[in-house]
Amino acid sequence: MNLSASSLWLIPALPLLAAAIGALTPRGGRSLASGAAIIAMVGALGLSVAALGTALAHPAAHLTDNFTWFSIGTDAVRLGWLLDPLTAFMAVMVSFVGLLIFIFSLGYMKEDANFTRFFCFLSLFAAAMLGVLVANSLLLVFVCWELVGLASYLLIGFWFHKPSAAAAAKKAFITTRIGDLGLLLGMLWLYHVRGTLLFYDGGNGVLEPSSLALLSHGKIAGGIALSTAIGLLIFCGAIGKSGQFPLHVWLPDAMEGPTPVSALIHAATMVAAGVFLIARVYPLMLADQHLANVSVHALTVVAGIGAITALLGAAIAVGQNDIKRVLAFSTVSQLGYMMLALGVGSWVAAIFHLLTHAFFKALLFLGAGSVIHAAHHEQDMRRLGGLGRRMKITFATFAVGMMALAGVPFLFSGFWSKEGILHAAHAWPVSQLPLIAGLIAVVLTAFYMTRLVAEVFLGSPRSDAASHAHENSPVMTVPLVILAIGAVLLGLIGTPAWPWLQSNLGGVVVPAESIFEGPGLMVLSIVLVCLGLGVGWALYGWRKRRDAFAPDPLAVAMPGVFAALAAKLGFDEFYALTFGRLNQLLAVVADGLDRWVWGGIISGVAWMGEALGTFDREMDESGLNGGFDAASEKLRGVGNAYSRAQTGEAHGYLRTLAVAFVVLALLLLLGGVL
Amino acid sequence: MNMLQACLLLSSALFCIGLVTALSRSNTILVLLGIEIMLNAANLNFIAFWRFSPAGSAPATGVIFVLFSIAVAAAEAAVWLALVIALYRHQQNIRLQEATRLKG
Amino acid sequence: MPLLSFIVFAPWVGAGLLAVLRGAKPAVARGIALAFSLSTLVLGLVVLAGFNPAAPGFQFQESAAWITSLNVHYHLGLDGLSLLLVLLTGIVGPAGLLAAWKQPGSPRAFGILFLILQGSALGVFLALDFFHWFLFWELSLVPVFFLIKLWGGAGAGRAAYQFVIYTLGGSVFMLLGFAAIFAATGTLEFGQLAHLSADGILAGRLSALGHFWPQVVFVGVFLGVAVKVPLFPFHTWLPPAYAEAPVGVSMFLTGVMSKMGVYAFLRILWPIFPGQLHAAAPCLLWLALGGVVLGAFAAMRQTDLKRMIAYSSINHVSYCLLALFAVCAATGHSGISGPAVTAALGGALLQMFNHGLSAAALFFSVGVLESRAGGRRGLDDFGGVRSAAPVFAGLCGIAMFSSIGLPGLNGFVGEFLIFRGVFGLVPWAAAIGCLGLFATAFFYLTFWQRVFHGSRSGAAKGEFADVHGVERVTLIPLIALMIVLGVLPQLLTGLFNPLVTSWVSQIALP
Repeated sequence: MNLSASSLWLIPALPLLAAAIGALTPRGGRSLASGAAIIAMVGALGLSVAALGTALAHPAAHLTDNFTWFSIGTDAVRLGWLLDPLTAFMAVMVSFVGLLIFIFSLGYMKEDANFTRFFCFLSLFAAAMLGVLVANSLLLVFVCWELVGLASYLLIGFWFHKPSAAAAAKKAFITTRIGDLGLLLGMLWLYHVRGTLLFYDGGNGVLEPSSLALLSHGKIAGGIALSTAIGLLIFCGAIGKSGQFPLHVWLPDAMEGPTPVSALIHAATMVAAGVFLIARVYPLMLADQHLANVSVHALTVVAGIGAITALLGAAIAVGQNDIKRVLAFSTVSQLGYMMLALGVGSWVAAIFHLLTHAFFKALLFLGAGSVIHAAHHEQDMRRLGGLGRRMKITFATFAVGMMALAGVPFLFSGFWSKEGILHAAHAWPVSQLPLIAGLIAVVLTAFYMTRLVAEVFLGSPRSDAASHAHENSPVMTVPLVILAIGAVLLGLIGTPAWPWLQSNLGGVVVPAESIFEGPGLMVLSIVLVCLGLGVGWALYGWRKRRDAFAPDPLAVAMPGVFAALAAKLGFDEFYALTFGRLNQLLAVVADGLDRWVWGGIISGVAWMGEALGTFDREMDESGLNGGFDAASEKLRGVGNAYSRAQTGEAHGYLRTLAVAFVVLALLLLLGGVL
Repeated sequence: MNMLQACLLLSSALFCIGLVTALSRSNTILVLLGIEIMLNAANLNFIAFWRFSPAGSAPATGVIFVLFSIAVAAAEAAVWLALVIALYRHQQNIRLQEATRLKG
Repeated sequence: MPLLSFIVFAPWVGAGLLAVLRGAKPAVARGIALAFSLSTLVLGLVVLAGFNPAAPGFQFQESAAWITSLNVHYHLGLDGLSLLLVLLTGIVGPAGLLAAWKQPGSPRAFGILFLILQGSALGVFLALDFFHWFLFWELSLVPVFFLIKLWGGAGAGRAAYQFVIYTLGGSVFMLLGFAAIFAATGTLEFGQLAHLSADGILAGRLSALGHFWPQVVFVGVFLGVAVKVPLFPFHTWLPPAYAEAPVGVSMFLTGVMSKMGVYAFLRILWPIFPGQLHAAAPCLLWLALGGVVLGAFAAMRQTDLKRMIAYSSINHVSYCLLALFAVCAATGHSGISGPAVTAALGGALLQMFNHGLSAAALFFSVGVLESRAGGRRGLDDFGGVRSAAPVFAGLCGIAMFSSIGLPGLNGFVGEFLIFRGVFGLVPWAAAIGCLGLFATAFFYLTFWQRVFHGSRSGAAKGEFADVHGVERVTLIPLIALMIVLGVLPQLLTGLFNPLVTSWVSQIALP
């Protein structure tokens, strides 16, 4: 089978179409929406397999198909599709795991009123995720990346009537957006420097040698190479999306979503997008490696973050009681492993672990979903117990997943991929600290997984829900079995004996020695796994929990440590006190500026205008008008006085006339005129 | 005593009679008659001064004055008779003391 | 055929017709108003069909001597920018009228005022001579005043006065500035003024009036335009005006009237005063950033949904100005990046259109909420609306994510281009502007969480109808357009690419 790069767009387009169908289907059209989604995923899987065939025929090539999205001025914004083994392996994994989870959801979400909407969102997610994989442009990756975020927001908040789900959805979106802003800035910078965001474009792409030479040449302040700065900004996006320290806080809360969502998004695929992104831009991350006089290499930071996250996630997982939260922190920890692998220079090991992890973590989440579904949404492992006898298939498959995750030697895929990472860390010339962190996390992982299995499946039921649980229908168990088989077999393609995956991913044949230098490290890690399993068994398996309220053995042994771990080391509280406060403060300042300062100035101007008006009126009324009024009042008085002479009596007038005449005559006489 | 002085004395007497009549009577018509008498006294003065002034110094001036005065007095009489009738209609008598509606 | 005159005056003819038809029934009055409001869209599409997208410069020009003693010409013309805004008016205008479909009060009076407003806005977008441009510019205030005062909420009187006095205050300075320009040059035609400015003649003549005159005139014109946009911190009239106005008018105010300010920046201030704008740009960049960041953060504190969207409008419109100021700031520097200038200016144009769409849709959505809640529109007056009205929630959600700038919807393209351009010109401004992007997502999601999620409470507790009838007819085309333009921005950029190219070629010259 073959699929050219130019028809690669069909892979995300099919689920997108299904999402559109799901969005336009009324609530009643359950089978239409779910059928369309599942058929689309089957189609996407088929196309992905075909793409893998094409990619494996030219493992070293990057097959591209670029096109112009839109033109702006004389510029054009170009996007493209990219087919290489990385894309193809990831696409096969995403569509395969996705398909199984879609099928599982048929059973899990059967009773939900918004069944059609659920499949619409799932398809949207799958489309966006596959879009991230096949994109040949950082811009297109970013577009799909944000759509993935949207789908995740919608799915975490799927039970939006629950305030905790609504809050978790918002937290996930906001937290990842913080990282995405870094990614955006990195992208803008890259775009500005290179004028394109295409990864591969016949020699002009950003990941091609000429571009990398240019990027590693330029230095910015602080002795950092340009490529380092851009790479680290892009890494910010990966930190957010992949739940890396310090932005890991959203991932455990995201477990508020339905369990298939947790499996699909927050374990198998979406959170792996960050790892994928770094693997995709790996040439850029590597570009500063040959520079000696720089203050920091991009990958060193990646390795550090990865190591911290691996350790931190594993430690916190020990203190959780909610099944899904244990698995969530375990995911955080495993993603840390992948980042660690990227950081120490082995992106192939990271992708190998990503693929195996997708299978066994999806398996674990779906197993947890099966338990939760059977136990009427009881997720607290203290209130479960004894489910192993009641749910045999779930127990068996869950145990496979647990052993894969814990890294039980030889048979399970997780062992091989984890070994690859530890070997790469061992071979890292810069520091052995990541290796030490990884080894400690190995112990912790084995420990908390033993604890989880022992609490949930062994012992006696500790609640009504647990004692009445029954195995689920085949629509839910068959995907579990398939995933369990995958969790075992997938290891085979990447063992040191036959490093098929490693050779095909990078396009260069990998000799076995490069991933297996000797038995020393492997023996050490096997010992550590056994140590974790043993301690876990001693604490939780040997003496089984009696009732739901019995204290945790670890809490008895180390109360302070356990309380800190159970409180997730207080990250949420810390952020609420710092960034949350800062955010609120800024909002208060902005609002206050408006209300009091700008509003105050405006009010001040208005007040001054009013005051002037008042003053003017006073002047008019008391000054000018007053004068006029007084004068006219006088005049009126005079008139009144004068009008008193007008008696209306003609005789009076005549008399006056006569007197006046006499007076006049006298005056004239006395004056001597007459 | 020449003729002029006699005329002036007569006109003064006439004026005084008219004045007294106008001031003392309350009947509007009689008051107006008094006023007419005063007018005639003035007319007599005009004629007298014209008649006894040196010849050629005031040709016909006095006569013209008097003619005008008589014409005006006639017109005036028509008006005041109308007024008196209106007054009578208004207050059922013609007592001048009671006609004070135009007081200020 | 004087198409552009038809576009400008058709709404006024409609207003006249409504004024004559005293006894018209409400339904008839509404129908007439809507038909004449739609004429803009229809004629706009006719113009679009005849528009040559490859040609720079003005098309469909109409020019006639008007007042010869003052050298005033009646001059209309249209380029990509104007066409974009005419189409936007053609979309937002009828949508605003539809939003007012069931509003109490006389639909005839509302229609008359609304059509006068629409015609004035169109006049602003098409006039090329300051004389009648300014007439249109000022005339638009009159209907807005009455629309807010008569149909507005509790504080409408105060808001209307504040709006009119504030904008008039700004315009007075602009008028004085142009009086000085006229005294100096004897022309008011934008194109000629731009030429005079480019040749340095304008500055010379203004300096002849007095040493500081070029600056004084610039500040005067700037104030008039900045108040209209509004540029931070001249924005305090906006939240009360948008909040108190009836929904349809809020839609028009934010969708079209705020664009009048940005348009004036691009058409008048920038071509005529490039030097002064360049000199002031470092300061203006901070003001634009203030609008971007503080606008978004202030929105976080609002409990009145309309005020919240009003603040978000300040934030979004400030992006356009941020782009323009970044271009002005970088103008004349050696090595100014042509693609960055292209992206910034193109992004600003896209943003104008896209913000018009999404803000109008959001105001409309708040109107829907308000109509269901008996006039209440507080953040705490609702809860769980998504359960009660899923279709409405979906449509409103798309509008919201478009405003947040989610890729795949129209808002993203403009914001991405603006940030890409600003980053290439003034990197630190882009970095600070990112804070605005973050805060926008934060307050919108808070809004979404409080109003749509959770259990049904407040006004959504009882009967809460989903969108129906006229509401669907209004909202769905807007939403569909958001998706289409998000996927195919070429539909818009194709209209103004030559314009952007010609701008860039003027700037990027060494």
